[in-house]
Amino acid sequence: MNNWIEVCKLDEIPRSAARTVRAGDTVIAIFRLSDDRVKAVENRCPHRQGPLAEGIVSGDDILCPLHNWRIHLDSGEVAPPDEGCVKTYAVKIEDGQVLLSLA
Amino acid sequence: MKKKLVMIGNGMAGMRAIEEILAANPDMFDITIFGAEKYPNYNRIMLSPVLAGDTTVEEIILNDEQWYADHGITLHLGKRVSEIQRGYKKVVAEDGTVAEYDNLIIATGSNPFIIPIPGHDKEGVMAFRDIDDCDAMFEAAKTYKKAAVIGGGLLGLEAAKGLLHLGMDVTVIHDQATLMNMQLDAVAGEMLRDELESQGMKFRVSTLTTEVLGDKRVTGLKFKDGSTLDCELLIMAVGIRPNKQLAEECGIFCNRGIVVNDYMQTVTDPSIYSVGECAEHRGIAYGLVAPLFEQAKVLAYQITGQGLKSYQGSVVSTKLKISGVDVFSAGDFMGGPGADIVELTDRVGGVYKKLVLEDDKIKGVVMFGDTADGPTFFQWMQDGKDVSEMRSTLLFSASGLGDSGHSGLDQASQMSDETIVCGCNGVSKKDIVDAIVKEGLTTRKEITACTKAAGSCGGCAGLVDQLLAATLGTAFVESDHEPICACTELNHEQVKEQVKNKHLTHVREVMHVLDWEGEGCQVCRPAINYYIGMIWPEEAEDDRTSRIANEKMHANIQKDGTFSVIPRIYGGETTPDALIRIATVAKKYNVPTVKITGGQRIDLLGVKKEDLIPMWKDLDMPSGYAYGKALRTVKTCVGSQWCRFGTQDSTALGIHLEKELERMWFPAKVKLAVSGCPRNCAEATIKDVGIVGVDGGWEIHCGGNGGVHVVATELLCIVETAEEVEEIVKAYLQHYRETGRHNERCAPWQQRVGLESIKAAVVDDIDNRKALVERLHQYLATQDKDPWVERIEDAEKENLKTFTEYKPIEIPVRVEA
Ligand SMILES: Cc1cc2nc3c(=O)[nH]c(=O)nc-3n(C[C@H](O)[C@H](O)[C@H](O)COP(=O)(O)OP(=O)(O)OC[C@H]3O[C@@H](n4cnc5c(N)ncnc54)[C@H](O)[C@@H]3O)c2cc1C
Ligand code: SF4
Repeated sequence: MNNWIEVCKLDEIPRSAARTVRAGDTVIAIFRLSDDRVKAVENRCPHRQGPLAEGIVSGDDILCPLHNWRIHLDSGEVAPPDEGCVKTYAVKIEDGQVLLSLA
Repeated sequence: MKKKLVMIGNGMAGMRAIEEILAANPDMFDITIFGAEKYPNYNRIMLSPVLAGDTTVEEIILNDEQWYADHGITLHLGKRVSEIQRGYKKVVAEDGTVAEYDNLIIATGSNPFIIPIPGHDKEGVMAFRDIDDCDAMFEAAKTYKKAAVIGGGLLGLEAAKGLLHLGMDVTVIHDQATLMNMQLDAVAGEMLRDELESQGMKFRVSTLTTEVLGDKRVTGLKFKDGSTLDCELLIMAVGIRPNKQLAEECGIFCNRGIVVNDYMQTVTDPSIYSVGECAEHRGIAYGLVAPLFEQAKVLAYQITGQGLKSYQGSVVSTKLKISGVDVFSAGDFMGGPGADIVELTDRVGGVYKKLVLEDDKIKGVVMFGDTADGPTFFQWMQDGKDVSEMRSTLLFSASGLGDSGHSGLDQASQMSDETIVCGCNGVSKKDIVDAIVKEGLTTRKEITACTKAAGSCGGCAGLVDQLLAATLGTAFVESDHEPICACTELNHEQVKEQVKNKHLTHVREVMHVLDWEGEGCQVCRPAINYYIGMIWPEEAEDDRTSRIANEKMHANIQKDGTFSVIPRIYGGETTPDALIRIATVAKKYNVPTVKITGGQRIDLLGVKKEDLIPMWKDLDMPSGYAYGKALRTVKTCVGSQWCRFGTQDSTALGIHLEKELERMWFPAKVKLAVSGCPRNCAEATIKDVGIVGVDGGWEIHCGGNGGVHVVATELLCIVETAEEVEEIVKAYLQHYRETGRHNERCAPWQQRVGLESIKAAVVDDIDNRKALVERLHQYLATQDKDPWVERIEDAEKENLKTFTEYKPIEIPVRVEA
């Protein structure tokens, strides 16, 4: 069961960039891709905990700002030859509002 | 109206020049080309493999006729130009075809030298220069059995090998004792001879030919000692002569070849250029393509008015293209008396390597059998690399020690499976070979994507290519230029060129127009963003999403995710008030560490992200740009204002320079220093630009670096006034901004382009210097706001366009673990 939470307006995230959301101890990065789709993952690279929100968005991938690991935002999978996975979250846009589900 | 460009000669050097011109400015000229041969431009070098049956004529065509048509070039094939009429600015071909020119390029190559001994004009006596010669040899081999080649140099041996392949009985006659004596010493020459003899070639060395025997057709040769040799085909390969006749006849100054200046213009007539084997530059007419291609590039730069790029001559290396025989030589490989020589001889194994050293640097190299390291040594020789540390292992495998070049397969195939090929990323030979086989990879780019090998320092690129070639066999095509990254085929220079020619001002536009793969990465996006801003300062829009984290945040991210804040302290000179403000801020925000930096300023470390904006506001000082590829610090000593030794006011000059240059972005970070006298307390000689006060003036030093790889600066010039210092430093830095590659510091840039070319551009050519300074000022005018102030204002106005997030959105929910 998804429990959708309103986070911000889509316009409040610049294109090809991210905003972070703090929910208790967890920080989640919500990315607005170049074609205005949104993706959400935990804001911690599985490698050395790099803040993914500050990386460079490339297509559906994010490049970690610390050591340039490439992480697919849909699956949370790290692109080979590196290995690992970050937690992904469901996000959607409704009437220009970005909704996040923590389920 | 377009200018008219005519070229005489349709060979390798000339056509490279045309390609470079089209790349630089496709619409500048109406081009007409005359070629005496009936073929379009082909790879002459590959005639030897064609003769030896390793490839075919069709495969060595470089530009087919369609290519000329596609580029709107008028091509006159099989038409030899017989006259240049400089007064009318036109050329006339033998068949009467006339072409008028505004600019003319003479690229007529050279003529093989035929020794004028009696009988040299008999049937069956020929040279080895073009496709027709090749065809004639194919034809002769059908009827005749015995061939002789005069000349045991590169060309002669390749011709002899080809004739052997055609089933002829071949004797090579050489006037010296050592084969290829221009490139090899006695030992290597002897090993080469042994090897070729085992392949069936016969030799007569130290032998002078005095006469060609026969009636109409050659039947034999007579030598100085009276002996004779039967032969039915004779190839003369004793050297070439620059083809300068046309130029000479129309009064252009010629010596050995057509004499040109450093911009490839004939010294007599600046509208006429010459390039290739026919041209003589600083007394040398080259006979190998590498230097000719360099010349072609310079010619294109000059003729299209792109500014300063001069040809300084080349150092050449030689490889013999006979399969199964590996020979490499470069530089002064003989070594005079008392020379420092490192040598390895393995007669049984057929390996010989010799390095001639001087002051621990490679002066010359000659190798036989195992030439894998040849290109590496050649590179080191040109770089003047100090090899004293690796002397004892040098000859076993240079490539294993560091950088590596493209070369034969020996080395890679001899390595064990476990050997680490890519030291940076710890990738073994087996990893790479497995990836090639299992993933079906065919390019180095794909290997890098898959295994990371060759993705960092790039030193192992040559080895990776070798493994690829060894694993795939002939299906492999070697890459001839390094693209910026895996997202594009283009290199830095090509991208800059396109940004300029196509007037591209957005990162996305660049990637779209230039066929980028995907949306780019952390290597190419910041590079493109820098290039558009540098080339179109007034129009380009800074793409903040293409900046790396530090530059986006205007603070340096530390390993624990906190940030550091460094305000600007001009020239390292501060005031009590400024110090009090810094101290107050540090206390207010509980800054855990306050550090005086090497650049004479104060670093507040361990700052939380959400505190950045309020701290900047409270500090109310300019950003120190400690996070960017930008002007960092101008370090100064106390100078004549206080120091008893001081001859110049270094502090005042340093402060002034820092104020003039702040907010300047560069390909990489830039640090300056100013010392008040030669005691040099500001350590100016390991900075990107270092200025040292002397009696009555200032020395300007440049291209130093104090990092991992300490490089001392080189002296650029000495000037009298602080105003001159300012102008030259600005011109130097702008020149670096324009010609440096993104992420390339001043020191390697200077080593790459050469101090002399920099001097020419910023010191000697005063007009160019002023133009550079002008462009720098144009750029600075667009950087009118401090980034910290901008971010504070953005945050207050919630401006999303340049938005950077400093504070997360809080939501009142916990995430279950
Ligand atoms: C068999 C062989 C092997 C070689 N191997 C190597 C090698 O391994 N490595 C290496 O670096 N170099 C090698 N070279 C040398 C290299 O090919 C030359 O340095 C290079 O081709 C020179 O280029 P160019 O444009 O100056 O002259 P060319 O390529 O010779 O072009 C000049 C052209 O101008 C034409 N021409 C001359 N006069 C007129 C006129 N009046 N009107 C119209 N056209 C005219 C000629 O017909 C010719 O086609 C080799 C050469 C040969 C022959
Ligand atoms: S460099 Fe010269 S002027 Fe500057 S502090 Fe040292 S001794 Fe004094």
